[in-house]
Amino acid sequence: MDKHLVSPSPHVHSKDSTASLMRDVVIALTPALIVSVIFYGWKELLVIAASVFFCVALEYLITRFLLKKPSTVADMSAVVTGLLLAMNLPYTTPWWIVFIGALVAIGVAKMTFGGLGQNIFNPAITARVFLLVSFPTAMTHWEMPKGLFGVDAVSGATPLGAIKEGLMQGSSVQDLMAEHGYSYAQMLFANLGGSAGEISAIALLVGFVYLLVRRVIKPYITLSIFGTVFVFSGIMWLINPAQFTDPVFNMLTGGMILGACFMATDYVTSPMSDKGGVIFGIGIGLIAMLIRYFGAYPEGVSFAILIMNMAVPIINKYCHQKKFGRA
Amino acid sequence: MAKTTFRIGGVHPDDAKLSRGCAIEVLPLPQVVYISMAQHLGAPAKPIVAVGDKVKAGQVIAEPGGFISAYVHSSVSGTVKSIAPRKDLAGNYMTHIEIAVEGDEWMEGIDLSDTLVTELPDDRAAILEKIKACGVVGLGGATFPAHVKLNPAPGSKAECLILNGAECEPYLTSDFRIMLERSKEIVIGAAIMQKVLGDCRCVIGIEENKPEAIESMSKALSELKYPNIQILPLKKKYPQGGEKQLIDAVMKRQVKSGGLPISVGAVVQNVATSLAVYEAVQKNKPLVTNTMTITGDCLPVEKQHNYLFRIGMPLSYIAEYAGGVPESAAKLISGGPMMGKAIANLDACTVKGSSSILYLSEAATKRNPSSNCIRCGKCADACPMGLEPFLLNRLYKAGDTDGLEANAVQDCIECGCCLYSCPANIALLDNIRLAKGQVMGIIRARAAAAKAAVEAAKSNTAK
Amino acid sequence: MSTTIIWTIVILSALGLVLALVLFFIAKKFKVEEDPRIDEVEKVMPGANCGGCGFAGCRAFADAAVKAPNLDNNFCPVGGNEVMKKVGAILGYEIKEKAPMVAVVRCNGTCTNRPKTNVYDGFQSCKVKAALYSGDTGCSYGCLGCGDCVAACKFGAITMNPETGLPVVDEEKCTACGACAKACPKHVIELRNKGPRSMRVFVSCINHDKGPVAKKACAAACIGCGICVKTCTKGAIVLDNNVAYIDSEKCKLCRECEAMCPTGAIHGVGFPKELDKEAVKARIQERNRKAKEAAAAAAAAAPAPSAEPVK
Repeated sequence: MDKHLVSPSPHVHSKDSTASLMRDVVIALTPALIVSVIFYGWKELLVIAASVFFCVALEYLITRFLLKKPSTVADMSAVVTGLLLAMNLPYTTPWWIVFIGALVAIGVAKMTFGGLGQNIFNPAITARVFLLVSFPTAMTHWEMPKGLFGVDAVSGATPLGAIKEGLMQGSSVQDLMAEHGYSYAQMLFANLGGSAGEISAIALLVGFVYLLVRRVIKPYITLSIFGTVFVFSGIMWLINPAQFTDPVFNMLTGGMILGACFMATDYVTSPMSDKGGVIFGIGIGLIAMLIRYFGAYPEGVSFAILIMNMAVPIINKYCHQKKFGRA
Repeated sequence: MAKTTFRIGGVHPDDAKLSRGCAIEVLPLPQVVYISMAQHLGAPAKPIVAVGDKVKAGQVIAEPGGFISAYVHSSVSGTVKSIAPRKDLAGNYMTHIEIAVEGDEWMEGIDLSDTLVTELPDDRAAILEKIKACGVVGLGGATFPAHVKLNPAPGSKAECLILNGAECEPYLTSDFRIMLERSKEIVIGAAIMQKVLGDCRCVIGIEENKPEAIESMSKALSELKYPNIQILPLKKKYPQGGEKQLIDAVMKRQVKSGGLPISVGAVVQNVATSLAVYEAVQKNKPLVTNTMTITGDCLPVEKQHNYLFRIGMPLSYIAEYAGGVPESAAKLISGGPMMGKAIANLDACTVKGSSSILYLSEAATKRNPSSNCIRCGKCADACPMGLEPFLLNRLYKAGDTDGLEANAVQDCIECGCCLYSCPANIALLDNIRLAKGQVMGIIRARAAAAKAAVEAAKSNTAK
Repeated sequence: MSTTIIWTIVILSALGLVLALVLFFIAKKFKVEEDPRIDEVEKVMPGANCGGCGFAGCRAFADAAVKAPNLDNNFCPVGGNEVMKKVGAILGYEIKEKAPMVAVVRCNGTCTNRPKTNVYDGFQSCKVKAALYSGDTGCSYGCLGCGDCVAACKFGAITMNPETGLPVVDEEKCTACGACAKACPKHVIELRNKGPRSMRVFVSCINHDKGPVAKKACAAACIGCGICVKTCTKGAIVLDNNVAYIDSEKCKLCRECEAMCPTGAIHGVGFPKELDKEAVKARIQERNRKAKEAAAAAAAAAPAPSAEPVK
């Protein structure tokens, strides 16, 4: 070089970039996406593609033409949002609902706050909750295709929804479990009914382990959510197994694993300190279980994460890392 | 032996010790040297020679300019040509003494032979005086005058002398080479410092990526049989060589914010300093030479060197001698890639603490454009002081000095881990450095005001 | 039905009355006694809250002005004499008129005049850059070009000229609040008298290096040759540490120094006409010749100069 560079130290940089971290998240989500495509077929693939496409396109359009700034799509965060949104949608979702979801996620939850890093609420969850409230039937009803596992095409609710409905009608948990034939093994590998993010717990956990190994995220938030859910539902189940579902069921159903591993650990909307992460996780676990047991909705993880997102600034204010040489 | 390391933060950059196999070569003398008056931390030295004076190598040419300051000696024999401001490697003016080299005549009483002097002198005060007179400063980076550090304030007792052989900065191999080639001298230097500090124990910390150095030092140790010195292999992690981090790694004690190492009973010296202490005390040789590495990712290994240089040699002379600045070098750095200074002026001269000329390619060093903070907290995980760089950066931009002080910006050791690890390439350290300066200024002003108030109260009661 | 309506109205009215009374008494009890003139002064202030006066904002200035014994130390640079007259009228103080000021960038280091010697790759902030090193050119005194002054200006009066790499002050917008001068770590920006009809002459360089060094770093540097000092008939120019400085109080805007400056470091701005350097040089030569002749004549007329009466 003709003229040499001069800058303050350090003069080297780690290989991490925003895009590389987001790419790792995409890789981590891949197993679950593959399982859902195998299970639901090309329709699921369409939903995923539409969701990613709408999110990226909207981010591009908004940054370029509304905010008149350089586009930020290269950081891959819109892709992650799109994938997470798709994982929350039934494969039967019409494209325009996907579009509305993307609009809420990118346009409302992310860009109005100033884009990546500035948003208070997790965009994908905001969109999911918005859609859940606006289109409850389309969002909670699944039509089972003749998939890989040879199940006849039936339409029905998710396990959580079915149990909630049954409980309202006065049945006991044990009867309902037997009636629907739910087994843990099935939930772990390929769930009956549910969105891409609910279908296979093991695929999601594989992705989670990948993120941990790559040091993209730390385990504190996820583990504290799991711990809280397990302990809380365990106590309730021991008190009254007819009224309250058991801990393992609660861990494996609904968006619990997706929420705890991928949504609650979103950098932007989670606390920055380890201690804060634990508090955040306990809050999510408690709120999610309260909604599941006592609320009107069968599923509460999304609401719980949104509610705890609001508490993040105050958690950050009071929870700091331990400083060197200070009590 | 169990490997240990410091407990908070740290990063793992590629250590790239490319020049580890290059034995130390002695650089030939240039025609002229420029010896800076700011070779150390603290007040610049005051020249005591005049233009036209004949000087010999090892002759004192400048006196300490304050309590924290050091003697400066001529590194060559010749004639003083000028005493004038000259640009240092950052392009700022500093008084330099220009000496035209004539022959290579050393002051009398300086032992230039290779014979090992293993017998330790007894008189503690005399040793300290010798270290001071020979202008020995810490060669680990901060160039803090060694005699000040080795003479703790009355009432504080050194329990452990820690010799820093971590060399945690990537690329640099000068400490590694001296640990390999001059291990016995280093051990004797350590024993001398041990004696000065009142026979405390001594731990030589060496990172595990230098097994040859660990072996060579262990051998020297077992042959020389000084009591109470041990070698401690450390896990590789940057910034292991940071004073506070090394104390934490070795003694598992944390120096309080604003405190000195001696407050936990530790004194830390670099292995190169130990070598300088040996030469000063046993051989009567002032600190006018040191070892430096010529390396970089865009320099072929056969062109890499470890040199024994004399202070005052122009960097451009050394670079030229080593084969010139490589075409693909985008940045020239004096020191390591994490804390070294970018060279804006290659005509600048070596000082006591010079440790390298590092050539980095554009791919390795060019900063990427910064983007929004994604609040990943990687900077806080990396910070070895447990600070939250993202928060400090924000507070600095908001001008909140109280908030900065409350969040301990003054504890920052400027190691660069935050900027190194930030995926969004935010200029964290750039701003935090300024914030630290601001807050330190405020703290100092407050301390001065408090002192003045106490003195005023005293004089009032006296009246 | 009608009773419901009547009751509603009665209850709401009663509630309103009670709350109004509560508010009234609270307002009475907790009223802060403030000099009403503070409000009046604040009303005539520009309301930019720039802090150029040295106070936190316009309200703080008003508060300080009301409490001050006179207004000599309280001056709003943004509002200028006009606003200060109004303030003086409210408070009944005399106002000493101050000459209007403007921010002036004293650096000639354009990309062509001052070639780059390295490329700065750190955070784009003059403060960070200045703390690191002397800059990316041979000149260690001049503008660093990262635009801290642009960011500091609350009036949008400073922009970076991408061609020269130097900041440009928009005189119409500049209020002389001094924020840019404070933000500049190299002290390149100075607040100067705006001058009659915005005409002024200044040395656009602060390089303290000796002539050859300065000249090598920047083609348009002040080399401290002192020609301007000799040329100036008003004694307005002083040479200090290799840099000339023009005292705007003494300068009569003759522009002779500008014409004589060998490097073009002296700038005249706001003048209606281009400077005809040759004409001015000829005029100075003519004057010098005459002065020499006069001196020679005087010497011839008075062979014993010591005999001259001394004033």
